Amino acid sequence: MMFGEIFNKIRKKQSTPNEAPSHWVKCSSCQSLMYYKEIEKEFNVCPKCGFHMRISAQMRIELLSDVGTFEQKDTTLTPIDPLKFVDKKSYVKRITEAHEKTGRNSALISGSCTIDGVKAQLIVFDFSYMGGSLGSVEGEMIVRAINRAVQNKEGLVIVSASGGARMQESTFALLQMSKTSAALTKLTQAGLPFISILSDPTMGGVSASFAWLGDVIMAEPGALIGFAGQRVIKQTIGAELPQGFQRAEFLLEHGLIDMIVHRANLKKTVADMLRFLIQDVPTDAFELKIKQ
Amino acid sequence: MATYLDFENSIKHIDEDIANARIKADTHAVEILERDLEKEVQKTYKNLSDYQKLQLARHPDRPYALDYIRLLMSDAYELHGDRAFGDDLSIISYIGYINQRKVIVIGEQKGRGTKNKLKRNFGMPHPEGYRKALRIAKMAEKFHLPILFLVDTPGAYPGIAAEERGQSEAIARNLYELSQLKTKTIAVVIGEGGSGGALAIGVADRVAMMRYSVFSVISPEGCAAILWNDPAKQESATKAMKITAEDLKKLNLIDDVIDEPLIGAHRDKLAAAKALGEYFINSLEALDAMNEDERLDARYNKILSVGAYKE
Repeated sequence: MMFGEIFNKIRKKQSTPNEAPSHWVKCSSCQSLMYYKEIEKEFNVCPKCGFHMRISAQMRIELLSDVGTFEQKDTTLTPIDPLKFVDKKSYVKRITEAHEKTGRNSALISGSCTIDGVKAQLIVFDFSYMGGSLGSVEGEMIVRAINRAVQNKEGLVIVSASGGARMQESTFALLQMSKTSAALTKLTQAGLPFISILSDPTMGGVSASFAWLGDVIMAEPGALIGFAGQRVIKQTIGAELPQGFQRAEFLLEHGLIDMIVHRANLKKTVADMLRFLIQDVPTDAFELKIKQ
Repeated sequence: MATYLDFENSIKHIDEDIANARIKADTHAVEILERDLEKEVQKTYKNLSDYQKLQLARHPDRPYALDYIRLLMSDAYELHGDRAFGDDLSIISYIGYINQRKVIVIGEQKGRGTKNKLKRNFGMPHPEGYRKALRIAKMAEKFHLPILFLVDTPGAYPGIAAEERGQSEAIARNLYELSQLKTKTIAVVIGEGGSGGALAIGVADRVAMMRYSVFSVISPEGCAAILWNDPAKQESATKAMKITAEDLKKLNLIDDVIDEPLIGAHRDKLAAAKALGEYFINSLEALDAMNEDERLDARYNKILSVGAYKE
């Protein structure tokens, strides 16, 4: 009896995710248990079933940029609370907590780097910072990255992972949709490419603005991508949603994205697209191959 | 029959008394009652809460896009369809004249009565609605016709077909294209400016709101459900989000507030249409005074200037 209670306590403690980091990771698709290093090596793709788990912004930068080339920008931009917004918590408190959790002031990391040798402006959303939500700081950082791309004649790569516009900034956040979309017209005028990568999840105001304006739009396998949240759609139509609804494969089938790219091939695919779409590539970089 | 909200009850009683006095041809009583009404309107409407303003923005008797089009336009012809998939009736478009000026009006249309509500999908467009709006906006650009956008939607429709046909893409494309559309554009939120679905026809040289309209990133019910875990907290959410015309003007997020009658557009449609029409014509004249490059730069800079941050 006593032993049973103690055993249960220990078991409970072990199963609480926030205590003592576990070295074992369970794939949320095939349920296989794997040592964390094994899965980190694959950038959070399950080696057993190929399921793409979410990945931190830092890991994403390591995945895409060439070692040692990522130079972070615009780190001094900090959110303010223009509306003195308070729901169950104040927005100021949420900003502070997000900062403590991530060490950052925004839901994205922006910088310049090379991707397989191609210079680019790279932005990666961080879902762990307030659900990757789009607020004034994020909007401004995207605009600045676009401006740098135009100035340096480089391509722009954005990896989205976001629940949408940040409600605590209300209409300020809503208008970041038009702000970022309008800024992309400058990139078009300069003839420079924007590669948009939609990762799990890309929803609402982010999907309905810059994220869907990529010259090439890629998605990760299985990623949830769409305008309206599934709960809202279910409530509106009063029915269950079809299998695979709003997943990357569904989008490809409906002609809404260009390609689904496995994480292992993402870097090369992005770099190839940039090389292909950026003008003035020195021709001696390639040798002509003739198929026999 | 007119609909009265709770806080409009005192107005309702006086309205009824006036109607009775008119039947009896008691002009003296009518005069007195009309003065009472004026006082009551001042008392009730000068101090409306944000939530009451939201209720007015959604008032079932509030004029919709078609009401304004009928009151303001002459020789108007409706244009249909996105030329690709279908004709979304929650977005309407007319070419015609306002005050002798050639214009194109593109608006979101809610329906009145069950049959029309269904026909108009409650004013919630599908992607083909936004694509229809863009197609016609491009035509306006080709023929140098100014556009009046009338924004009035609870939001873009959240449904399976809408996602299949690219709701996000349609909205994003409009934000992108309308930011650089060469023709003069004026957008007016006449009722509900619901999130991306409103913004998709709300990017313009001038963005104005009727006195009792709202413009928000999410519906107050949606915000309450997510941030308060309780949809019943919509009153708190309405207040916290600062979505009224007055607040958004103070925050410098819109250009102007149109002087809708204090009693509300639903009680005086003619006065509301007149205020909107005058605003449109005056704004157009101000835009006429700028050359195209100046105007497009000003629009771009205004869109880009929005943001609350420090560094």
